[in-house]
Amino acid sequence: MVGSNRLSSRILFLYVPLALFTIFLLFPFYWMLIISLKPNSLLLNTKVNPLYLTEFTLRHYRYLFENTEFPRWAWNTAVVTFGATLLSLTCSILMGYALGRFRFRGGNLVGTAVFLAYLIPPTLLFIPLSQVVVRFGIYNQYWALILTYPTFLIPFASWLLMGYFRTIPRELEECAMIDGASRLQAMWRIVMPLALPGVLSAAIFSFTLSWNEFLYALVFMGSGQMKTIPVGTVNDLIRADVFQWGPLMAAAVLGSVPVAIVYMFFVDHYVSGMTAGAVKG
Amino acid sequence: MAEVIYDHVTKRFDSVVAVNDLTLEVKDGEFLVLVGPSGCGKTTALRCLAGLEEVTSGDILIGDRVVTHIPPKDRDIAMVFQNYALYPHMTVYDNMAFGLKLRKVPKQEIDRRVKEAAEILGIQELLNRKPRQLSGGQRQRVALGRAIVREPQVFLMDEPLSNLDAKLRVQTRGELIKLQRRLGVTTIYVTHDQVEAMTMGHRIAVMNQGVLQQLDTPENLYDRPANLFVATFIGSPAMNIFPVKVVSGDGAYRLIAGEVTLEVPPSHRSRLADYVGREVLLGIRPEDLEVAVSNEAQRGDTVRLPVELIEPLGAETLVHLRGPAGTLIAQGEPRIRLNPGDVVTVRVRTEHLHTFDPQTEAAIF
Repeated sequence: MVGSNRLSSRILFLYVPLALFTIFLLFPFYWMLIISLKPNSLLLNTKVNPLYLTEFTLRHYRYLFENTEFPRWAWNTAVVTFGATLLSLTCSILMGYALGRFRFRGGNLVGTAVFLAYLIPPTLLFIPLSQVVVRFGIYNQYWALILTYPTFLIPFASWLLMGYFRTIPRELEECAMIDGASRLQAMWRIVMPLALPGVLSAAIFSFTLSWNEFLYALVFMGSGQMKTIPVGTVNDLIRADVFQWGPLMAAAVLGSVPVAIVYMFFVDHYVSGMTAGAVKG
Repeated sequence: MAEVIYDHVTKRFDSVVAVNDLTLEVKDGEFLVLVGPSGCGKTTALRCLAGLEEVTSGDILIGDRVVTHIPPKDRDIAMVFQNYALYPHMTVYDNMAFGLKLRKVPKQEIDRRVKEAAEILGIQELLNRKPRQLSGGQRQRVALGRAIVREPQVFLMDEPLSNLDAKLRVQTRGELIKLQRRLGVTTIYVTHDQVEAMTMGHRIAVMNQGVLQQLDTPENLYDRPANLFVATFIGSPAMNIFPVKVVSGDGAYRLIAGEVTLEVPPSHRSRLADYVGREVLLGIRPEDLEVAVSNEAQRGDTVRLPVELIEPLGAETLVHLRGPAGTLIAQGEPRIRLNPGDVVTVRVRTEHLHTFDPQTEAAIF
């Protein structure tokens, strides 16, 4: 924009707010990290500055691996997350494509219904769902979460993909079909490569939500060895009113790592997926 | 190569009839242009032939095969889209090879055909580029190349030149004509541009509101339009149309509008017999109005009209005249010396007059 390029105004209106925002956003992670590395003796000591480390220890992490089922929780979380993401993505791609491409009677109604389903809060849904889970005989098994997470993943992911598919010119598929492709071949060889940013966005979204989910995991898969990281951390590291801050924060740090890695790799695609069709181009 | 037949094809979208009982025969090797204003059903007719739209009733034949319910991939056609529809994630080579790969054509054969087509179109050096690295004209060539390599029975083209700038459009138009004559593949070409229609087609099918108005050679379409719509749609500037009264007397028929009186040439008289005493619509093409600056006396084929406006176009000058019912446009000589307000003598080439029934709008002669 004209006139907005002077250095002083850039510092004042761009970098200062940006810096404040970044500090605000990153502080909880910093706090989490330093607490997980502090020896117990310093944790509740009010005489030292709590904002930085004076001593450094890894014993909270060791505690996590030696005295709790943390590796098992991580494995459970991974299985559930990958299962739910894969299932949701498959369904969402097919649904998003159908809703975005085909004109059929009731198509808009189905689209709206799917979206409304997304608006029902899980806190309301978990009670009837628990009945379903028990009747299906999958209580406290991986399937309990792999099959219930899609209830909130599919609506959002299919809407995101529907919007994305609509940005891909119809003529490309039509041309492919005239060139000799069936509808599925056209979808797989022409539409999917072009929809990759959208699909990745949906995948990241599903992955993050499944990885962090707490309520369903607590209710449907919360006992014995079957806990996920969020449930296990809260269940086993908070005993009555005793918070084991060190191991708690260590678990939180380790639990955030996979999500951070996923974002790091795909952030460019994620942004382009979320803003697709927002502007002409 | 094959002929294409539309047999009473109708296509409805809910309550809208996009194509209404279209019957049309395209000969083997012919270049047929489907032309009409936007929304006239020409693109829908083409998409029905491609199999991208299901017809509501009627049949479509390619060769002697009824393809009405055959999916696009099995119709053995190739189509060039208005926006080219190049696959953005593939190189030019892969774009052209895509259809052949799907048909499991051997690799060497694909390579041979792609290189041959690239040579015809002069795009050999672009084969490794992606579509986004190409200019509009180059993309257009690639789209054409993709159709050529398939060696289909029929080419379908949906306004392939409309995204090019004016100069490139004229150049590509010529190349496309030469290419079609050389390959001899039956081609159906959709356009809304009547200049493209006139220059490119062996025959032209004019459509309006889903109905085929006239199917004929460019010359016949221009000289003997079947109805008012075709008469005004084909030709630029458009034909002048105004109502006149048919009067008979002294063994001659005259067309009268205000102070303008024109004598009907003897050859056309018999057709007008039923209209004596009634109004008809008179059509005169701008080039059939000859503007003369001289002050000669009025005859049966001249009228005196005031000049409203002069539009010098270089090769010709459009003279807007105040006619009996609105403006008449005459195509005058280049560098003609006239000013608005001048009253000029205009000679009408009465042998090229057109008349239309005011109710049915069908041509009388």
